[in-house]
Amino acid sequence: MLIVDDLRKSYGGTRRRRGANDTDGRAERVFAVGGASFEVREGELFTLLGPSGCGKTTTLRSIAGLENPDGGRIALGERVLFDAAARVNVPANRRELGMVFQSYAIWPHLSVFQNVSFPLDVLPRRSRPGRAEIGERVERALQVTELGDYAGRAATKLSGGQQQRLALARALVIQPDLMLLDEPLSNLDAKLRENMRFELKRLQRELGLTAIYVTHDQSEALVLSSRIAVMNKGCIEQVGKPREIYTRPASRFVAEFIGTSNFVKGVVAATAADEVTVDTVEGRLVSRGSSVRPSVGSDVLLSIRPECVGITTQPSPGAVNEWSGEVLTRAFLGDAVDHVVGVSKLEIRTRSNPTRSIEPGTRVYLTVDPAEVTLVPAG
Amino acid sequence: MTTTTPARPRPADGGATEPRRRRTPSPQVLIVGGAIVIVGYLAVVPLWYLFHDTFTGRAGLTFEAFARAYGGSTQAGEMLLNSLAFALGSAALALVTGTVLAYVQVRTDVPFKGLLFAASMVPLIVPGILYAAAWIFLGDPNIGLLNTLLFRPLLGADPVNVFSVPGMIWVQGLHLAPVAFLLMVAAFRAMDPSLEESAAMSGAPRRTVLRRITMPLLRPALISAALLMFVQSLESFEVPGLLGLQNGIYVFTSRIYFVLRQYPIDYGAAGAYALGLLAIAAAGVLLSGWLQRNARGFQTVTGKAFRPRPIRLGRARPWVGAGVVAYFLVTVVLPVGVLVYASLLKFYAAPSLETLRTMTLDNYAAVIHMPLASTALTNSVLLGVGSATVVMLLASIVSWVVVRTRLPGRRLLDLLAFTPIVIPGLVLGLALSFVYLRVPLPIYGTLAILLISYCTRYLPYGMRYASSAMTQMSKELEESAMVFGASWLQSFRRILVPLASSGILAGWVYILVVSFRELSSTILLYSPGKEVLSVLIWEQFENGQFPTLAALGVCMVALLVALVLVAYRLGARVGLQSETAD
Repeated sequence: MLIVDDLRKSYGGTRRRRGANDTDGRAERVFAVGGASFEVREGELFTLLGPSGCGKTTTLRSIAGLENPDGGRIALGERVLFDAAARVNVPANRRELGMVFQSYAIWPHLSVFQNVSFPLDVLPRRSRPGRAEIGERVERALQVTELGDYAGRAATKLSGGQQQRLALARALVIQPDLMLLDEPLSNLDAKLRENMRFELKRLQRELGLTAIYVTHDQSEALVLSSRIAVMNKGCIEQVGKPREIYTRPASRFVAEFIGTSNFVKGVVAATAADEVTVDTVEGRLVSRGSSVRPSVGSDVLLSIRPECVGITTQPSPGAVNEWSGEVLTRAFLGDAVDHVVGVSKLEIRTRSNPTRSIEPGTRVYLTVDPAEVTLVPAG
Repeated sequence: MTTTTPARPRPADGGATEPRRRRTPSPQVLIVGGAIVIVGYLAVVPLWYLFHDTFTGRAGLTFEAFARAYGGSTQAGEMLLNSLAFALGSAALALVTGTVLAYVQVRTDVPFKGLLFAASMVPLIVPGILYAAAWIFLGDPNIGLLNTLLFRPLLGADPVNVFSVPGMIWVQGLHLAPVAFLLMVAAFRAMDPSLEESAAMSGAPRRTVLRRITMPLLRPALISAALLMFVQSLESFEVPGLLGLQNGIYVFTSRIYFVLRQYPIDYGAAGAYALGLLAIAAAGVLLSGWLQRNARGFQTVTGKAFRPRPIRLGRARPWVGAGVVAYFLVTVVLPVGVLVYASLLKFYAAPSLETLRTMTLDNYAAVIHMPLASTALTNSVLLGVGSATVVMLLASIVSWVVVRTRLPGRRLLDLLAFTPIVIPGLVLGLALSFVYLRVPLPIYGTLAILLISYCTRYLPYGMRYASSAMTQMSKELEESAMVFGASWLQSFRRILVPLASSGILAGWVYILVVSFRELSSTILLYSPGKEVLSVLIWEQFENGQFPTLAALGVCMVALLVALVLVAYRLGARVGLQSETAD
């Protein structure tokens, strides 16, 4: 439905790209977004996830029409919103999208009702609905967001969560084909944020909204999204369903950014039907079911999630991937216990049920199911 | 390339997928373009004429005017020294007084804090010309009350002479000190006290903290305040005009006035003086820019107001409190009191049984019956309201362009709108008379020329108010209006202006108030029948009508007090905080 193709946006020539090679003194152009392409399907909640400065907000603002990209193409259905080659750039106020801003951008001088009716009030006269219809549609938007009782209030008198819902109601009132959400939950406190996550998910499903959601919070992204695009330094590293992103990270960056992971370097020793055997500093590890097919002798990186590592005080004979080591530290997290185990040249973090607690200094055995060992392209 | 998505009405013109369809420029382009042209016209044209007319003689390009102005027997060197001594001295006096008082006000538990803020209103409600006149009543070597009542009985001598360079510095410095005070109060408030507290925690005594942490952090604020004091003293005409002219102590401004009062009028020489003055002011701006070149790194102004724990003065508290009271007495009670006193006398004299017995309201009656008084009042109101409205309208649009857009020329536009702050009033007056004596438009000798002059002079102040109002407003408030379909004009009218209205209103009132005291450009541009209140006061001074002057002054102060009170009622933040030029 929304197609973003090779979107590029750079700023000035004075600042350098973060992490870029600074050896030559000349200023280069900074790419906030360096060729992002993705497609959002009808009815899905698509998340742009990444650390601050990765270009996710710039991408969203380019779709909204608040930034002028340098290159690429953005099309919503049949409608081209931006096309650098064809010199098309529809101004923001003609794109007819809904947007929830990070700060909510609730207009403080207007009432709750006036905030929501604004998008209808400013329609060109020919297409503006009548007063009665405006009132009806505003009421409906307020009902959906459970603000029906607050219509006459000053917008500034609302609590944080209510303001958030007001911002949502305002975006819903024109029934946009696409909804843009710029870190809408980041200003709420932790408890409220969790409630709003489910609330947002419910609304999106019930109203069948197509939405793009920008966040740096991985757990938010995992809970809400139909699909996630992980961005880094202006590029998209991986697009996939939350489970795919988590269990099969396509790069070291994705594996590191989402959850925590143990990384082990190695060289491919053998490949079988769907098994890859890797030589590491601590012996052989077997990975099964990986989508990556490296050739024998190439360098690879193995990613193992802490919760996938079994920890016992007894060796389990016949296990495929087994190490022995000594518990170095232990951390109680409430709903889990982390042990850091020193396996001569490696430190492996394990996460297990909080009832399991092993004294530091104890000799332990670690096992990993080959299906939980993920091959990550090195680099 | 039209849309086919159903379900919802779309603008009938099919969206803007054909962006170059429209031929007529949009209202945004017209309004913004118009504002830019007007600002450019106001800031550039007078200066261009000033340069042109000063450097052209009968034989084309020439420096003759400079030779006449600065050569031979003109004692230009002495005038230059006087100007610098006067400007630097006043700036130093104002800055030191203002900073010390601001520190005392914000950081200590001194009593009578309210008096300091009351004193800070003085420059708003007592125009410079009245302040100087009041100090004549106090510090005249023959009849000044300080001499006749205080020093003559005590010392048997008359040591105070306000008609001297130190006297001028004293009056100008005290009149400007409240401006420095308000600027430094803002700077002290905006400074995170934890910066000082952490220095104290590192073991530094209070004196060291002040020297090593507080003062360096305040440096940017101090420099910009110093620049403002210097430029305002340099361009002041009221004080040198009242206190210097009659003893032949010239500074640039009074010299320009003097030259223009002689026949035949030597416009070239006046222009040469004006350019000299402009050069010094510009040098000051460049110097302060150079001093501030690496100040951006430690901007302490976060926009958050901190409430630091006040320092306990302990045993010094009564003494510092007495100092505050003395300051209030000397800078407010004495000048205003003497003005009221003088307005009740037939002839100015030291208080005695005789003078008390002959006190009369005749002067006020004379003011009311003065034929010019109502004309002057009408003109002042017209000009004040007119210039405040025009300036704030212009400043709102221009500062929107500067703050919100990435238009390529916006830096230049910002600079242009701020340029008038370094153009002294007399220089502007002279330049404008050059323009409209030449341009065949019926503007010279009308109120319009005064309006143009006021708009130019107060544009930088209007810009300050408007741009700070817009900077404080989150950009997302406007962007959301755009996303939700509002055109530029709709979001400007329905979102931006209502949200910035309190700042814009504050600027409007400020300009209205300060336009009442404008003298230095008016004095060159007014023509008979087009007098304003400040010109009327100046004429009383020139005719030696001191009691009438005092009565007129009291009326004017009362009017300004009423205006400022109304402004406070409206909730407008009318402070001098925004008098910074940066």
